[in-house]
Amino acid sequence: MGIEVRGLSKTFGRFQALKDVSLRVASGELVALLGPSGSGKTTLLRIIAGLEAADTGSVILEGEDATDRNARDRRVGFVFQHYALFRHMSVFENVAFGLRVRPRGTRPDESDIRRRVKDLLELVQLDFMADRRPSELSGGQRQRVALARALAVEPKVLLLDEPFGALDARVRQELRRWLRRLHDDIHLTSVFVTHDQEEALELADRVAVMNHGVIEQEGTPEDVVERPATPFVISFLGTVNIFHGRVEDGRGIFGPLAVEYPVHADPQPRTAAAYTRPHEFDVSKTDTGSGLWAVIEEIVAAGAMVRLELAGAHGGLIHAELGRDQFDRLAVRPGDRLYVTPRKVRVFVENP
Amino acid sequence: MGLFLVVPLVAVFAEALSKGFDAYQSAIVDPDAFAALRLTLLAAAIAVPLNLVFGLAAGWTLGKFQFRGRQLLITLIDLPFAVSPVIAGLVFVLLFGRQGWLGPWAIDHGFEVVFAVPGIILATTFVSFPFVAREVIPIMEAIGTEEEEAARVLGAGGLQLFLRITLPNIKWAVLYGVILANARAMGEFGAVSVVSGHIRGVTNTLPLHVEILYNEYNAQAAFAVASLLACLAIVTLILKAVIETRVQGVATVVEESAVEVMPWESKSAV
Repeated sequence: MGIEVRGLSKTFGRFQALKDVSLRVASGELVALLGPSGSGKTTLLRIIAGLEAADTGSVILEGEDATDRNARDRRVGFVFQHYALFRHMSVFENVAFGLRVRPRGTRPDESDIRRRVKDLLELVQLDFMADRRPSELSGGQRQRVALARALAVEPKVLLLDEPFGALDARVRQELRRWLRRLHDDIHLTSVFVTHDQEEALELADRVAVMNHGVIEQEGTPEDVVERPATPFVISFLGTVNIFHGRVEDGRGIFGPLAVEYPVHADPQPRTAAAYTRPHEFDVSKTDTGSGLWAVIEEIVAAGAMVRLELAGAHGGLIHAELGRDQFDRLAVRPGDRLYVTPRKVRVFVENP
Repeated sequence: MGLFLVVPLVAVFAEALSKGFDAYQSAIVDPDAFAALRLTLLAAAIAVPLNLVFGLAAGWTLGKFQFRGRQLLITLIDLPFAVSPVIAGLVFVLLFGRQGWLGPWAIDHGFEVVFAVPGIILATTFVSFPFVAREVIPIMEAIGTEEEEAARVLGAGGLQLFLRITLPNIKWAVLYGVILANARAMGEFGAVSVVSGHIRGVTNTLPLHVEILYNEYNAQAAFAVASLLACLAIVTLILKAVIETRVQGVATVVEESAVEVMPWESKSAV
């Protein structure tokens, strides 16, 4: 096991950042901590690194209990959101720092340091920038220097805090793919924090979705997208339509929408909500018996998918998405009436 | 503006040299003047390093951590700026004088403070107290803790952290503060005047010596000694100008990489 955290809790003043969080990351795995700001994801990362001490719980790195170990002695690589490069040092010295501060006994000699730093700068494709100052580099280059610096100490695990957060969209895309390839090459146990679901789903082997200091769901990108465990997970992973209603007698009734719900066979009704993603609707101009109809308010036709905003007859707004071909066949305009049938409905019963 | 600065300076040197260079020289090498110079240098040599250490410690604590009472502490550091130096001197007399609260005890233990050298050092330290801290705190605040955290994760120990990361980032601000503290320490009149007792050759600093000579209608000698202080002022101004550009350089780099963090995700204990 690469990283194992057990029962971590942490409070800052009155704010509880983590509530009894446990997580296992297998050796060589790339895991994303995904959540909105304030969900505790960065705190969890910092506790794994030893930059923050947990109130309770333990951190085990490569089978060794590291809970009481100093950040200095944990052998983790940490890449900061804003890089935290040493501004008064050259790129070369930044990368060499972790080797130079080693105690005399384990410190590599100068030629060894030069060779290793050169190799790392080649790995991040910045060997020609060795003598520059961090302030002379672009955001993407700074990020790569930060990564090389973290890798220089041959860490057992690599932790990245919002690694692409401060970059513009195009550089972000490029660097994301590059990091995935790098991870496939060196297979270092890695955890990264992000609030961008697309980034988490594209890059990670597994995703832990966090909210209010707890991990709501943990699984492969496919798991969390196709089988969301909680209303929060489904809402956080993209736009979703919510129909409020109740479940009773093995059925769910959500306004105009009625579905089978055998899980709740009890005749006693419970408050519940049904969730459907915009692309999970069938739409047609003729009544198909779904009982749900709506009037088109807006059509956004840019891109491969066409987005429709519909004012539902039940009083709510419906977001639907169609493929371009389907939209062209449908030939509708704002003001037209559409019948909407969800192909897929996920029902979550509210806790009493 | 130039008139206000240059004319008095010219006047000081003109008056100092009004009776020729020999008179100027003899006023400066006079044993009492020499003793005053020595005492001034001694007071500065003790007060400035003390304030350097204090300023770095205060800058570190107040610049890098958020805690209850932080604002109060920052206000306290400014106290020597707010209080008139004469009052500060009087407080020391009240505390350490023969009828003071701590005075009799100190004197019983063979330690004269008021009208003696320790009092002068104490007063000098007090009035030059805030300079280093004032310069260091904003820079430390602006730079934040990320670089230190990065160094720690990379395996740096406490001393390595301070010498290799913290100090290089704040060195110009520190130097700037030291120069200002030094100028204040050497030029201080009010507080030192109260605790000194004006014992010639023993408890007179340069500014006090100037006053004594002037009161004895020995204007030429007074201005000759004053010219030493004027030279100090010029050197200070030049150094200040040079370093100021460096400090601003650091500040702009800091602004460029300004960091936005959630309150609970930063400023943690190191």
